[in-house]
Amino acid sequence: MRHLRFSFVAGPLLGAFWTFVVAVTVSVAMSFPTGEAFRPSGLWSAGFGIVAGLALVGRGRAAIASAVLVVAVFAAFLAGVGPVLAGETSLVALAVASILLGVGVGWPLARILGALPMGALTRHEFEGAVILALRGVGYIFFTAIVVIPFYVMVMTSLKNQSELMRNPLDFSIDLSQGWGLFRSYVELLTRFDFGSYLWTSFYVSLLTVLITLLFAIPGAYAVARLRFRGRAAFSRSILLIYMVPMIVLALPIYIAFSMAGLRNSIAGIVMIYPVTTIPVALYMLQGYFRGLPSEVEEAGLMDGLSRLQVIWKITLPLSLPALASVSLYVFMIAWNEFLLAFMLLDDPSKFTLTRGIASLNSSEIPRQHLMAGSVIATVPIMVLFLGLERFMTKGLTAGSVKG
Amino acid sequence: MSDIGPPRGSGPLARTEARLAWGLLAPTLIAVSLVVILPLLAVFWISVKPVSLADLRAPEPVVREDLRGRPEAAGDEAVLRYRLRNSSPRSEITGVTLRDRWPEGLTLAGDLDPRCTLGGEELSCDLGTWEGGYRETLEIPVTVDQGFLDAERDVDEDPVAVNGSASSVLTDTTFTLANFRAVFDGGQFWQVLGATLFYTVFGTIGALVMGLFAALLLNHSFRGQGILRGLYLFPYVAPVIAVAFTWIILFDPFSGSANALLVQMGVTDQAINFFGARPLALVMVTLFEIWRYFPLSFLFILARMQSIPTDMYEAAEMDGASPFQQFRYLSMPQLLGILSVLFLLRFIWTFNKFDDIFLLTGGNAGTRVLTVSVYEQAFALSNIGAGAAVAVVIFGFLLLFSIVFFGIISREEGL
Repeated sequence: MRHLRFSFVAGPLLGAFWTFVVAVTVSVAMSFPTGEAFRPSGLWSAGFGIVAGLALVGRGRAAIASAVLVVAVFAAFLAGVGPVLAGETSLVALAVASILLGVGVGWPLARILGALPMGALTRHEFEGAVILALRGVGYIFFTAIVVIPFYVMVMTSLKNQSELMRNPLDFSIDLSQGWGLFRSYVELLTRFDFGSYLWTSFYVSLLTVLITLLFAIPGAYAVARLRFRGRAAFSRSILLIYMVPMIVLALPIYIAFSMAGLRNSIAGIVMIYPVTTIPVALYMLQGYFRGLPSEVEEAGLMDGLSRLQVIWKITLPLSLPALASVSLYVFMIAWNEFLLAFMLLDDPSKFTLTRGIASLNSSEIPRQHLMAGSVIATVPIMVLFLGLERFMTKGLTAGSVKG
Repeated sequence: MSDIGPPRGSGPLARTEARLAWGLLAPTLIAVSLVVILPLLAVFWISVKPVSLADLRAPEPVVREDLRGRPEAAGDEAVLRYRLRNSSPRSEITGVTLRDRWPEGLTLAGDLDPRCTLGGEELSCDLGTWEGGYRETLEIPVTVDQGFLDAERDVDEDPVAVNGSASSVLTDTTFTLANFRAVFDGGQFWQVLGATLFYTVFGTIGALVMGLFAALLLNHSFRGQGILRGLYLFPYVAPVIAVAFTWIILFDPFSGSANALLVQMGVTDQAINFFGARPLALVMVTLFEIWRYFPLSFLFILARMQSIPTDMYEAAEMDGASPFQQFRYLSMPQLLGILSVLFLLRFIWTFNKFDDIFLLTGGNAGTRVLTVSVYEQAFALSNIGAGAAVAVVIFGFLLLFSIVFFGIISREEGL
C-alpha cells in the first residue's frame, strides 16, 4: 500500500483504471444507438491511461487534456487501435466516439489527479483521489443500470420484430417513418383496448387512494394522538400486518371471491386494494401526525371544537404535504399492482393496465407491443412521480418502507 | 381509611377519549380483519382440506332435455329424454329432485319411471342420491299430437328445475395431512427453501450495499443532484410488470441486447441463457431484486446521512482523518441503526416477494421460491390445499422473523 502512495505510481494506475472504465462506457454507449461494433481494449486503455495519468499528475488543465486526448484517440482510431476498437463504421461515429473518450478521460482525470502533488502523497490526498475516481465510476454505473433497461423498453417499442432479430443492438430510430414509429402504441389503443385499461387503472387507483385516506386518517389520528389501552399493541400490529405476504392472502381471497361471484369484477378489486394499502398509509400518517404540535389542537379543543372538528379543521390542513405524499404512494401501489389483478380478473373488458400487459405476454403478440404496453404503464406514474418527487421521498422516509 | 396515591383506573374523560379512539379505528379494524385476519385463518383451514381448483364450483346436478325420434305426424311415437349428470367427478349430491312443465301436446305412452310422477301439467321426479361422476339418461315414451307439431316448440324451452344438496369440501369435516406431505415430500422442498434463502439473503444484502453506495454518491451537493436522485428511484417506482418484461427482453438468449453486447465485446462467444439456465437464473432474479429495491435503501440511508451533523466531519478533518477513516469511524456507526432496520424489513419483504420471480422465470430453472410454489401448487397443479400448506409454511417463517424483528426493532426505533 505504501508504494502506491507516490504520485508517479498512483497517477498512471488511476489513469489506466479510469480510461478502461470510460472505454467500456463509450463502447456500450456507442453500440446501443448505432448497433455497430465497438469494444473496449484493455491493453490500449491501459496504455493511454498510463500516459495520461503521468501527464496529468499535478496539472489540473482539464480543457487542454481533453482536447489533446480527443485528437490522440481520433488518430489512434484511424490507425485501427485505441482504448476502444471499432469495426467497420462511419467517420462520424468515430469522431463522436473520440470526443466522448477524450473528454470522458481527460476532464475527470485532470480533476482527479490535478490536485495531487508530485512525489509522495499523504494518505488523505491518495484516498481523496481514489474516492474521486470511484465516485465517477459510481455515477456511470448507477446511471447505466437505471437508464439502459428503460432505454431498451422505449426503443424496443418503436422497432419491429424483424429489425430486432437482425441486430438486437441496433436501436437507431428510422425517423423517415414519421408517425409510423408509434404503430405499436396505436395498435394497442385501437385493437387491444388499452384505452379502457388505462381508464380502469386510473379510476381504480384513484378510488383506492380515496378509500385508503378515508380509513387511514381517523385511524392514524387515533394512534398518534389519543390515549387508549392497546395503543402500543395496535401500532405494532399495523407493522405486522403489512409483513403478511399478499400471495398467502390471495389464495383465500380467490376462493372467497369465486364463491361470492366477486371474481372478475372491478368492485372486488376496489374492495381489496385499499385494504392492502391502509396499513402503509396509516403508518405513514401517524408518524406525521405525531410530529405536529399538539398545542394547536388543544387550543382548538379549548375553543369548543369537537375532536372530529379538530381533525377536519386543524390537523388535516396542517398535514396536506403528508396527505399528498401518502396519496401519491398509494396511487403508485394501486397502479403497479399485479398479483391480485392477475388472479382475480379474467375478462378482458375489465382488465387493469398491468393485467392487460400480462395478457400481451404470448408468443403470438410481437414484443414491441409488450414494450409499448410497458411504456404506457410506466409513463403516467413516472410523470406523476417526477412532478411530486419531493413529497414522495419525504413521505416514504417519514413513515414506511413497504415494497 | 382513604386511598392515598394517584387515582387508579380511568376517569370519564379518558374513557371518552378511548371510546373515540376505538370508534376512529373501527373501520380500519373491520376492513383489515376481513381481508387479512379472516383469510389467514382460512389458509390454515384450507391447508388441511383436500381442496382442488375444481371444488371451488359447488357440485350441482345438471340436466339436458330433448325429444328423440323425429316425430313427423300426429300419433308418432317419440322419447322425451332427460340427460342427467353430476357436475362434480367426486362429490355426491343428495336429495336430487327434478321438476319440469310437461310439454303441451305430448301424451305419455307406456310406463313412467317409478321415481317420477306426472301430476297434471307438471312432471316431478325424486332422483335420490347421485355419487360423484354420476350420469343417467331418463327416458319417457310419449306420443305427439297435431297441436305439438303445429306449435313447433322445442321441448327444452321450459327450463328444467333440478335441485339437490351437496356438501362442499371446503365446509365439511374431512381433514387430511396429505397437503403437507405433498409439500415436504422429496427433495423439492429443500431445493425451494434453498432458493428462497439465497434470493432473500443476497437480495437483501445486495440492495442494502447498492443503496449505501448510491447514497454515498448523492450525499454531496452538486448540480443535477435532484435529477440523479429522481433517476435512481425509477426502478422502484416503475410497475414491476413493465420492468420485469424489459429485463426478459434485454437478456433474451436469441435476440437480447445484453447477449449481443457481450458477444461483441468478446466476453463470451455464445449466447447465454440468462433466465433459463441453472444456477444463473437464480442469480439473475436476485440481481433483479437488488436492482429494483436498491432505490428504497438508498432513499432511507441518504435521509439518515443528511441528518448527521457536519461539524463532526469537520472536527475529524482537522484531526487528519482520511476520507475512508471518516466513513469507517464516523458514518458507519451512525448508519448502523437504519441499516439494521432496513435489513430486517427488506429481508421479510424479499422473502414475501412473488411477482418479480413469477414474471421473470415463472419459477423455472431453479428459481422456485416458496411464494411461487404457493401459486404453482394451487393453480398450475390445481391443488389449492397444497398451495395453502405452503402458505402456512411461509407464515411460520414470518412469525419467526417477526419475533426477531420486534426484538431488535424495539430497541432501535423505540416502537
